[in-house]
Amino acid sequence: MLHTYSLAELSQGLEKGDFTSVALTQHYLERIKQHQEMLNCYISVCEESALAQAAAADTTRARGAATPLTGIPIAQKDLLCTAGVKTSCGSKMLDNFIAPYDAAVIERCNAAGMVMLGKTNMDEFAMGSSNENSFHGPVMNPWDIERVPGGSSGGSAAAVAARLTPCATGTDTGGSIRQPAALTGITGLKPTYGRISRYGLIAYASSLDQAGPMTQTAEDAALLLNILAGHDPRDSTCMSNPVPDYQATLNQSIKGLTIGIPEEYFTAELNSQIGDTLQVAIKELQKLGANIKPIRLPNTHLGVPVYYVIAPAEASSNLSRYDGVRYGYRCENPKDLLDLYKRTRAEGFGEEVKRRILIGTYVLSAGYYDAYYIKAQKIRRLIRNDFIEAFKEVDVILGPTSPTTAFKLGEKTTDPISMYLSDIYTINVNLAGLPGLSLPAGFVDGLPVGMQLIGKDFDEATLLKVAHQYQQVSHWHREIPNMFKGAK
Amino acid sequence: MSTMDSDKVNNIAHLARINIDATKLPEYANSLSNILHLVQQMDSLDTEGVTPMAHPLDVMQPLRSDAITEKDFSAALRKFAPRLEADLFLVPQVIE
Repeated sequence: MLHTYSLAELSQGLEKGDFTSVALTQHYLERIKQHQEMLNCYISVCEESALAQAAAADTTRARGAATPLTGIPIAQKDLLCTAGVKTSCGSKMLDNFIAPYDAAVIERCNAAGMVMLGKTNMDEFAMGSSNENSFHGPVMNPWDIERVPGGSSGGSAAAVAARLTPCATGTDTGGSIRQPAALTGITGLKPTYGRISRYGLIAYASSLDQAGPMTQTAEDAALLLNILAGHDPRDSTCMSNPVPDYQATLNQSIKGLTIGIPEEYFTAELNSQIGDTLQVAIKELQKLGANIKPIRLPNTHLGVPVYYVIAPAEASSNLSRYDGVRYGYRCENPKDLLDLYKRTRAEGFGEEVKRRILIGTYVLSAGYYDAYYIKAQKIRRLIRNDFIEAFKEVDVILGPTSPTTAFKLGEKTTDPISMYLSDIYTINVNLAGLPGLSLPAGFVDGLPVGMQLIGKDFDEATLLKVAHQYQQVSHWHREIPNMFKGAK
Repeated sequence: MSTMDSDKVNNIAHLARINIDATKLPEYANSLSNILHLVQQMDSLDTEGVTPMAHPLDVMQPLRSDAITEKDFSAALRKFAPRLEADLFLVPQVIE
């Protein structure tokens, strides 16, 4: 039952010699073979290279040179460049693209001796909240395969939830780590903007994108963040703030810590059973000694409108590079250069990506720039100011991650706006650059509920500590969907 | 603020260098209008005197010395070119 172990437990088992990395990797590769067809959570599985990495990790450990994560398998989101392995970003545009270099996140996992099982499915170019916008088809939620796993890191979330990997990476531009983590009952952390290098991370909206860990437990997220965080001169937005040992503070008491509950996060938009579930979790945190304080974040409702100006604007610029000239998809028999550009992009991008490029192009076009883009950047400052004011009185902010539990496949695909509103509680955290963590807080009708913790800039340690302490008195993070409990 | 019609979508799609089939223009006009309607909620807030925020942490980006730091990937990158001739990316003829 190796797949029921957390990273911390796997690390101990490897160190004690209870099993080897090769055996562990084989166990996960077998589980992937067994369940991949049903879930579609991987785009590529790297069996051969994974077993080679595992054998190398066992040798490293025998030499006494292992780190805590040496020999532990991981699944990487398919928008992180991986040398020699297809990096499609969930798009037809990049379906033939084999990255010539590793992203910084991949380099760091490799340096720690981790084993890459494969690349996970995702909404095309990370644009979506259900993983239904992938060129490689939708991912199914392990808790109910008629439902979505959330997105855009839906493949990573489903793979961790079904225990087809002990951990994964995701990226989060408006909630793409936290919302799928909530919908699949796992722990997902979006670190502070600039905490982890974006080098080699295929850009969607550069002022919002941030990679982070997706794991079973907060302790596992801390272990992974320990190796991922840190300065990288190749990403000019990557910050040089010191990186603490995130594991070292997990066992500190949260007695006396003040948790703010924003009034705006508990309104009619929130499924009332999710609200009730969170109230129970809040009482648990009170029992652990935390003080609870009602707060206001008055501009919360403007987050989604602001995001759908800023993110598409940045996307329209970032995705202009896909023109069929240097790499990626190219249309057949272009009659001239304009035809090459226009047909390549029409055929290579999916509907949602085209929609966002068009909106972005419009809001940046002459005569509209001030009314949309500058206006959105001004409100972005006011949204951040709301958080800064709140953090004068509280240490952590707590709310729901998503207004609903996992919805049915196809339920929201015809109405983009209803899909966008899946991210009402997560988007503002990206706009403000803050760290946010989602952890399992219970179930409604058999589907997982996520609780979101929001922290001050670079205060991931406090989020992880609160989450870890809650996980010491709750069992939600240990629950595995029935179909995936098995011995293999 | 405004809504979209098929002509406007066609114009924006040209600027974005994306072909949109004529039969699909009304559908795009509808969904883009809905997004603009959502975005219009921004008008409810007076932002007079607020400085726009470009960086989420509101900090300046660091500068570095103007030295070459990138490795030369050009040979590896050329391998991905859809069409290549004499190490140059080939596109349809531009000048008659």
